[in-house]
Amino acid sequence: MLVKPVRLEGGTVAIGGRPVLRGIDLTVDTGEFVALMGANGSGKTTLVRALTGLRPLTSGSLSLFGAPFAEFAEWHRIGFVPQRTSATSGVPASVWEVVASGRLTRRRLLRPLSRADRAAIDDALAVVGLTDKARDGVSQLSGGQQQRALIARALAGAPELFFLDEPTAGVDLPNQHALADALGQLKARGATIVLVAHELGPLSALVDRAVVMRDGRVAYDGAPLTDHEVHHPEFGETHTHHHAEPEPGRHDHTPHVASPLEPR
Amino acid sequence: MEIFAYPFMQRALLAALFTGLAAPVVGTYLVQRRLALMGDGIGHVAVTGVALGLLTGASPTWTAVVVAILGAVLIETIRERGHTNGDVALALLFYGGLAGGVLLTGLGGQSAARLQEYLFGAITTISVTDVLITMALAALVILLGVGLSPQLFAVAQDQEFARVAGLNVRAYNVLVAVLAAVSVTVAMRTVGLLLVSALMVVPVATSQQLTRSFRATLGAAMVLGMTASVGGLVLSALAPPGARVAPGPTIVLLALAGFVLTWPVGAWLRQRQRLREPFPVGLPDQHQPTSEQHVHEHGPDCGHVAVVHEDHVDYVHDGHRHAPHGKHYDEH
Repeated sequence: MLVKPVRLEGGTVAIGGRPVLRGIDLTVDTGEFVALMGANGSGKTTLVRALTGLRPLTSGSLSLFGAPFAEFAEWHRIGFVPQRTSATSGVPASVWEVVASGRLTRRRLLRPLSRADRAAIDDALAVVGLTDKARDGVSQLSGGQQQRALIARALAGAPELFFLDEPTAGVDLPNQHALADALGQLKARGATIVLVAHELGPLSALVDRAVVMRDGRVAYDGAPLTDHEVHHPEFGETHTHHHAEPEPGRHDHTPHVASPLEPR
Repeated sequence: MEIFAYPFMQRALLAALFTGLAAPVVGTYLVQRRLALMGDGIGHVAVTGVALGLLTGASPTWTAVVVAILGAVLIETIRERGHTNGDVALALLFYGGLAGGVLLTGLGGQSAARLQEYLFGAITTISVTDVLITMALAALVILLGVGLSPQLFAVAQDQEFARVAGLNVRAYNVLVAVLAAVSVTVAMRTVGLLLVSALMVVPVATSQQLTRSFRATLGAAMVLGMTASVGGLVLSALAPPGARVAPGPTIVLLALAGFVLTWPVGAWLRQRQRLREPFPVGLPDQHQPTSEQHVHEHGPDCGHVAVVHEDHVDYVHDGHRHAPHGKHYDEH
């Protein structure tokens, strides 16, 4: 049997005693492009943070590439693109330096960059189309270009499994197309990709499988949906809903706030 | 010039050289984390350490190192727990450290002048042992700060990414805190605990006016820090007899003068960068001739910023973008 890159069974996460993810089962196959979708607050970002170990599981078991998470040490097989609006910090840094920091997963302590390291960094910059910006400061890039630099940083370690948290948020359409190009190249190289997105936009052509989160549970797991269908309560016609019809005018589990004087 | 032949002056020069090189190394990581005031917080805590040394008769340098490291790790822990703001945690330690130090010095029956040596620096009274300790600790800070710079850069740039890259983020955070504490005590004899942070932060602020990469910022900050500390010491030594020029404040003011000189250059560079930013391509150009009578002839030597835009050149001046079109200019 092939080793699955990601296998989460009964994953539950509580933050401050409040359940945020409940009983999530998610297995990702090698080479799959999975889009985690859902409304704000549905738990999709928390799920990715749980899968990368940034958010410990309250219960359930997670294994990455067949190894239980506690024993997992092959971090060079994972590339992570956190949710960021900016790649800048308090001190100037060049695009090349930010991308080079992604190579740390494969570098030993106190060793200079090898030729292979430099080649991987150059390749990562080429994939996202920032080769001619390598010597510029990150603060001089536009938001979309900064997002591409962060993807190149994850790419520099030559990982097999990518986690991307909302890479398209706040990015204009031409840059979204550039992002989609870069991810398409990764997919063609056989990478496994787990991507959190509120809306897919130009990425929708790449997605093999959509997982829709709703209120901390997986509400749909199957063939890709259009952006419009994701936000439809019934997910189009492919889905059979077991529960009662949702009350009109009221969203699942969202506390209904009415002023005391408002007639109900 | 014979002042430089005195052994005390040579010791002071050596201490200033090493301190000036080491302090900006840690300062760079603190500024990168937007914790520029952390050096100040540790400096205040170290006052208690110095007072403990004066009270017990132990070497104030070592007690200051120990107490500063404890304080730095405490600040880092409070920050990591995340529920108190980093700056509030720093403020608490500022006041606790300073008050504790002054109280302990009084209890020990030491005069305020003795404490003042540590508060504002007394580099010319430094002993041979202290010079050796200063040099060793500064070398350690430089070695770790520069040698581990890829890891420390990644952790300071993006903690979450660093964790998923398999780095032990907590260990590196504590390392930066410990290095900061060591630098503070190293710089204590040179500029004094109350001015320590200036030597850590001001050279970084100066160098980032002109640099675009992290490595250049770090290197330039080290050179600037060294220039300021050696230069400040020399300036104070060359002061006319009769005028009491303290080396510590001279060093800090010299570092600040460097910033004041480079800031306009940095502002001008940033302004120029904005003007030269390329315009979006692929959008249809508007054929809107300039409204005013344009007597000026744009060209390669006209002095206006020229930005290549697709197949032509836009000239940027006074809030306009003028593209040559036949005999007139279009407003792009």
